[in-house]
Amino acid sequence: MPWQGRDVVDIRDFSREDLEILFEAADRMLDELESGNVKKRLEGKLISLAFFEPSTRTRTSFEAAAKRLGAETIVFTAEEAMSVAKGESFADTIRMLDSYSDLIVVRHRYEGAALLAAEIARAPVINGGDGRQHHPTQAMLDLYTVRRLFSTIDGLNYLILGDLRYSRTVSSLLYALSLFRPVSVMLSSPSELRLRDEVRADLEARGLKLREVSIEEGLREADVIYVTRIQRERFPDPSEYEKVKGSYKVTRKLLETYAKRSAKVLHPLPRVDELTPDVDGTEFQAYFLQARLGVPLRMALLTLVLGGDA
Amino acid sequence: MEDDKGEKLLVSKIRDGTVIDHIPAGKALLVLRILNIRGSEGFRVAIVMNADSTRMGRKDIVKLENFYPKFDDITKIALVAPTATINTIRDYEVVQKGQVEVPKLIEGILRCPNPTCISRKSGEPVTSKFILVSRQPLRLRCYYCGSELTEDDVSKQLTGE
Repeated sequence: MPWQGRDVVDIRDFSREDLEILFEAADRMLDELESGNVKKRLEGKLISLAFFEPSTRTRTSFEAAAKRLGAETIVFTAEEAMSVAKGESFADTIRMLDSYSDLIVVRHRYEGAALLAAEIARAPVINGGDGRQHHPTQAMLDLYTVRRLFSTIDGLNYLILGDLRYSRTVSSLLYALSLFRPVSVMLSSPSELRLRDEVRADLEARGLKLREVSIEEGLREADVIYVTRIQRERFPDPSEYEKVKGSYKVTRKLLETYAKRSAKVLHPLPRVDELTPDVDGTEFQAYFLQARLGVPLRMALLTLVLGGDA
Repeated sequence: MEDDKGEKLLVSKIRDGTVIDHIPAGKALLVLRILNIRGSEGFRVAIVMNADSTRMGRKDIVKLENFYPKFDDITKIALVAPTATINTIRDYEVVQKGQVEVPKLIEGILRCPNPTCISRKSGEPVTSKFILVSRQPLRLRCYYCGSELTEDDVSKQLTGE
């Protein structure tokens, strides 16, 4: 399916071939960024960044990507969303932004918000995260990072660690992995934070075999160690959060004891206490590269969706 | 219904209205509840429960004089009694007969169980939508957030329990 004009709401709408086109375009963007000579492919375009929920990396990397390509941005943040919360509906805000801009990136704490926005808007909509449900561009970035690190996404062992229940990056990443041929996909989490049944059933129907493991067992086998923080803001009951707070921690010592030397740690960031800063200076650390690659990946995405010369 | 001699002895034919036949045994009262028929509406209602059925073994039947279900009513019946047939009666004759079927997309009838689904956000012009995942056992998935409803969840919602 051609990329131009496409909504990017759910990673399940994309094929392996779609993602490979994206990753190849991201490689070209990265080369241009490194050479300091980026083509202004999106000059004259106006992109709305409608972040009804706080964001640092996703919003700023979209903004940096747009600006590098010569596009202008309208940034609508959680604070402004608060001020309109009293009167205007989400749907009306999307209609307004649609009338102003060529593309809308939207983040919202309600699941399905981006899908509703895509139904309403004439312009393409990119989901920057909707509640606990989807974060397709993070999954694209995660796999792009793996591809940069290992020159392949297939044939690797993946350990997904942490809050598998409420983390939207985890479900989107697992759906994306189902398009590839990993050797194994291991899950490790406190029992309260296991993958939701409907997500697991859907992944299994897509042929992705999942295996639950202890942290130590997973670390011994994994090439890619994907750590997530506990999504405190999505717990319906704060006392449930207290029960699992601090229940897992990836440290330098743990990695040096169990992990393969060649293993790489990814994290969508921000982190709280689940990934200690003493990992930062080790060969395992790949999460700062992952954050940095957010810009070329999103440059490629914006260019493809807006029909620029990718 | 016509092949059901035992049932004929119990309840006479209606002149005009609807006969809901082949309701799974024991679910006649549930069907009446989801149609919001409480008996105080004034029209005649006949209920036969656990009647013999060649097709189903046991079945329930509901006869409703001068009552004709709307489209949403038929969807609701299909959700709780998927084997039901709806017979429209005019002047003692069956003029239309059809088997209910759960549609592939159900709009507006059910509520998503997830409080942070966009279809639950107040003030938004959005109607709930559910996609049929499986008829037997019944499984419906919210179009917006992916949350699922089982047969039990659907019955509870439709009867307001």
